[in-house]
Amino acid sequence: MTSAIGKLIFWALVTCIGAFLLLPTLVIVPVSFTSASVIDFPPAGWSLQWYRGLLSAPVWRDAIVTSANVAVCVAVAATVLGTFAAIGLHRSNAKHMMPVRVILLSPLVTPSIVLAIGFFFVFTKWGIAGEFLGLVVAHTVIALPFVVISVSSALHALNPNWELAAKGLGSGPVRSFFRVVLPVIAPGVAAGVVFAFITSWDEVVAAIFLTNADLRTVPVEVWGQVRATLDPSIAAIGTILIAVSVIGLGCIYLLQWRQNETVGS
Amino acid sequence: MKQLARSHHSSLALASDAGEQRPVRTQANAMTQHPGALQVRGISKKFGSFSALSDVSFDLKKGEFLTMLGPSGSGKSTTLKIIAGFLDPDVGDVSVEGRSLVSTPPNKRNIGMVFQDYALFPHMSVAKNVAFPLECRRVNSVQKKKRVERILQVVGLEAMADRLPRQLSGGQQQRVALARALVFEPELVLLDEPMGALDKKLRQTMQFEIMRIVREVGATVISVTHDQEEALVMSDRIALFNEGRIEQIGAPAELYEQPRSQFVADFIGESNLLSAHVLPGKTSAMLVDCDKTMDAVPVKSSGSAREGDQITLVVRPDRIHPLTVERARTSPKSAEEAEVQGIVRERVYLGTEFRMLVEVAGGKMLKVADKNVRDFGSFQIGSIACLRWSQDDAVAIAGH
Repeated sequence: MTSAIGKLIFWALVTCIGAFLLLPTLVIVPVSFTSASVIDFPPAGWSLQWYRGLLSAPVWRDAIVTSANVAVCVAVAATVLGTFAAIGLHRSNAKHMMPVRVILLSPLVTPSIVLAIGFFFVFTKWGIAGEFLGLVVAHTVIALPFVVISVSSALHALNPNWELAAKGLGSGPVRSFFRVVLPVIAPGVAAGVVFAFITSWDEVVAAIFLTNADLRTVPVEVWGQVRATLDPSIAAIGTILIAVSVIGLGCIYLLQWRQNETVGS
Repeated sequence: MKQLARSHHSSLALASDAGEQRPVRTQANAMTQHPGALQVRGISKKFGSFSALSDVSFDLKKGEFLTMLGPSGSGKSTTLKIIAGFLDPDVGDVSVEGRSLVSTPPNKRNIGMVFQDYALFPHMSVAKNVAFPLECRRVNSVQKKKRVERILQVVGLEAMADRLPRQLSGGQQQRVALARALVFEPELVLLDEPMGALDKKLRQTMQFEIMRIVREVGATVISVTHDQEEALVMSDRIALFNEGRIEQIGAPAELYEQPRSQFVADFIGESNLLSAHVLPGKTSAMLVDCDKTMDAVPVKSSGSAREGDQITLVVRPDRIHPLTVERARTSPKSAEEAEVQGIVRERVYLGTEFRMLVEVAGGKMLKVADKNVRDFGSFQIGSIACLRWSQDDAVAIAGH
């Protein structure tokens, strides 16, 4: 009896916390389907007009394409660099590697505005501010810690004897990496890909500094439009951003579940 | 011929008397194998100021099973890693069939290794694991399939080919690891604590199973263990390591019957160690005075010991025959026998034998094991026992 009440209280609490965390974000989803021309909640009627508007507006189309391109490049660059960095850190457990780890993870704790100003000054000097490359480099730096963390945790599942065994059985370092190490840490690497993609996809602060009228990402465009005209197309683009992130997180969850299935036990 | 000698031996290996079977195997080797599968020459290794290995040398014949035995930190695992190529010796040389391996990386050495935890690749099926060394050697797929099938048959896992390692029992995983280390027909197979991850009952089965498998494929094997029983069961020869050196290397019976140092006597089987010094000798036997307080006992001359030398006598508990005082009186001892008297302090009955701790002069406790369990009742705690052993069963070792 008491346990039933306990359970009830527990689930009530969980629901409240979940609602508190999610509702402010999720409220924009119904708003995006409104038939009215202003943001209102609950919507007066339903329509897909704002999504149609998005697709037909070249500004939004360009922004989505730019964002996707940047995010894909960042996902590749950050994953390759972050995976090798994590393996390097994992192999050399020496104390002098601690500063290297701290530097690699520092973008996580540095205020984004500080990072953004830094990128802006340096990239202006290098002539890549306002360029696609500049945006990719900046986002790669910001996304790197996520890859390092997720690959590092996957590396804990790697038994050092597997690599020794592969070597002893006649395998060179390249084969050992692709046939033994990578398959084992693959879920962590894939999670890194998703994290890196989402990080770039959502990033706004550095992007504001490093974009211009010709090169705009979705969050930058949203930021600009919110300040100028506030109409439900913002809610529609917000819903798309959320959907991409949710799909990404879903992938990570699936991968981790699969990793526990194979390596665990 | 080879096959014949092998099967002859494996049936003998099941017999209990270690003393008789071993020479058969050694002889078979000498006749059927050409010598020199592996030479280890004067290897030393230091970790900082700790000398892990100093001047270790030994040879291995083709088809031989050598066990490196010793307590942890004695250098046996370091030696194994040096042979596998995972460590470089500071000095010395390792060569296989005359080729020096010291500058060869592990992946070019053609040595199969079974790790203590087997190190099976978790994402590959049994067949893929076993095929891996063939894949590294670019063996064509038809050959690869054939060889994997054959070796899985030898280890009795052909039905498990498509399973993942985690779906197998410990013993099955061990056989997969062994198959993987044997499939490319390496010149040498290394086993690192092969029974370490198995429970005791499975260990005994797997000891014989491993012996059968390696003999069937004719592999030359070096195994590392700290379990002396495992070493005695499986090996043609044992190299006993202590503090980075080989204390003694030889057939199991040799180490048991003729230990060259107190360490060997103590590590292999049980023994009683008695301090003694050599008395003025007569004939071929020498008389020694045990612990100054005990009677003089005859010992077969070990050659180098001279009058007055300090020696240690090694007597195995099972070679000591306890007699009651009355029995001792009615059957006098011969000149080749030693006899000391003591008081029974502890006794246990174990079914196939009984064991006693007998306190002799000077407070020294002697361990006694006797198979005549019917005599158990005659030795009450506190009663006097006469302990006799043949001079052939007392081994003299120089020093205390």
